Amino acid sequence: MASSFSIRHQSGFTAIAATCFVVLYLPIVVLVVYAFNAATSTSEWGGFSLKWFQSAWQNTQVIDATLRSFQIGATAAILATVFATMAALATTRTPPYPGLTFKYAAINQPLMVPEIVTGVALLIFFSRIKIFTGYSGLGYLIAAHTAFCIPFAYLPIRARLENMDLMLERAAADLYATPWQTFRRITLPLLWPGILAGLMLAFVISLDDVVITEFVKSGGQDTLPTYMLGQIRRGITPEINAISTVFLLLSVAIVTLFFFISRKRD
Amino acid sequence: MPDQPGKSAIEVRGVRKVFGIGDAQVAALDTVSVSIRENEFFTLLGPSGCGKTTLLRLIAGFDFPSEGEILLHGQDIAPLPPFKRPVNTVFQSYALFPHMTVAENIGFGLEMLGKPKTEIKARVAEMLKLVKMEALSARRTSQISGGQQQRVALARALAPQPKVLLLDEPLSALDYKLRKEMQIELKRLQHQTGITFIFVTHDQEEALTMSDRIAVMSAGKILQIGTPWDIYDKPAERFVADFIGETNFLTAAITGIGNGKARATLKSGATIDATVAEGFQPKANATLVVRPEHAKLTGGKGDLSGTVENIVYFGTDTHIHVQLDSGEPFTVRQQNTRSAGCGFERGDKVGVSIGNDAAQVLRD
Repeated sequence: MASSFSIRHQSGFTAIAATCFVVLYLPIVVLVVYAFNAATSTSEWGGFSLKWFQSAWQNTQVIDATLRSFQIGATAAILATVFATMAALATTRTPPYPGLTFKYAAINQPLMVPEIVTGVALLIFFSRIKIFTGYSGLGYLIAAHTAFCIPFAYLPIRARLENMDLMLERAAADLYATPWQTFRRITLPLLWPGILAGLMLAFVISLDDVVITEFVKSGGQDTLPTYMLGQIRRGITPEINAISTVFLLLSVAIVTLFFFISRKRD
Repeated sequence: MPDQPGKSAIEVRGVRKVFGIGDAQVAALDTVSVSIRENEFFTLLGPSGCGKTTLLRLIAGFDFPSEGEILLHGQDIAPLPPFKRPVNTVFQSYALFPHMTVAENIGFGLEMLGKPKTEIKARVAEMLKLVKMEALSARRTSQISGGQQQRVALARALAPQPKVLLLDEPLSALDYKLRKEMQIELKRLQHQTGITFIFVTHDQEEALTMSDRIAVMSAGKILQIGTPWDIYDKPAERFVADFIGETNFLTAAITGIGNGKARATLKSGATIDATVAEGFQPKANATLVVRPEHAKLTGGKGDLSGTVENIVYFGTDTHIHVQLDSGEPFTVRQQNTRSAGCGFERGDKVGVSIGNDAAQVLRD
């Protein structure tokens, strides 16, 4: 009997797939399980307990770092999305011209430059500015996060714009809508799912960043990831597991939402 | 009478449109001039790439001419952006706004013009009635059929009462029966609203049945402008005759010209009278066109003689393909009756007689 080709029936497929899933998820499962450990160890089980969640909740440093992460993430994501929307409009609503590919590359630069290089560059650059201006607030972190979030916001917005029928904007112009009215009434409402997706992706990327944040932050400006890194250096308790577990749930929730929004079609 | 010179709604004067730069330049429109009258159903007809859509886009304002003027009631609108022109378009793809209802789509133009809400509501209701879509006014445009979308697109373009309505192959996405219905519907709407329609199509039958006047275009040029009757019966050039309907081409020697008529001697030796295309430059040999339904087959001698090659039955009529003794092919179309066959068989020696008012001399 001739059966249609299916990759699932190739020898070794199941073994390779299983290995991939184990490598991907076993460490996370272990991490989550030990978040509920009653003992002070992250490798020896001492019974079920929620005490580490409780201790993390009462740890003002954790709360402080989390709030700072959200503050930076929200501000940077909104700014990055605004810039990304403008960039996406400028690169899709114009006939192709020489240099357009270069501009794509320039917009997506943060995806290509190693983070450590950006981190070092920003450290040196911002330290000069700090000397000149005397300002040492969260602005530096927000600026840095905005910059590396732009490509992540840009890509879904551009994809949405490219799938949009250009005739719609032309029809609006034909019906006496000025360019601004066309944008407000036609382009923006149809682009909205792309913008929301970009916003959420940018937020998650900002929330997750360690390398650049580590270089740019001043004293007392720990975000949740840099705080966790600092804690691990001093010795690890299941409290880190508990924080990681909450962080994981949050990220999964946001990415899932992103998935459903970007799939939504009118 | 459509042929009386009336006030012109749109006047295109010496418009050129060139795409590309340097050696890669292509003239999509090559010095086109045409005057479209008020309250006229005017059709731009031609194959794809002939420049008809480019001309429509220039009138709508989606593109700007490289040279020339476009006058709307005497005012040059060529440099104006589309949202400042009192001209609306029905797009080939309809381009209805997917995030709005049928009624919101129709009201969009009026809203952008800043009309008061009560006026918009009344006008939208009027438009819905005009295109018989009252029942579906609250639907999303994705929830209605292709034919209904077409009606909404029409209503949306007519709602702001444009001076001129542009239609870019609006019927091409519809199936045959619906297309026939919409052709009649469009004629009715044009009469009822009194708005000048400029209709773009590549379908010659559509053009003939709907238009007051037709401009036949090819390779960026307008070859002929006239009533459907003019275009069909008095084609000026080979392209026009060939593009519209079926035609026989014959080579003939022109022996005399006068009063718009020519004496033409065919290869068979017979001499017939023919009308002469405008712009014909006297020359010894010219091409003649004879429509298949304007010639008759006879058993005996005619103006031409030949052999029946093939007989094709079409229901309403029969096409008889004849190989002339001169070597040229010739088709005769003969009306069918219920009881008798066409009276000829393959291989028959036949004569072809061409009536007194059947032939036209082309200018090219």
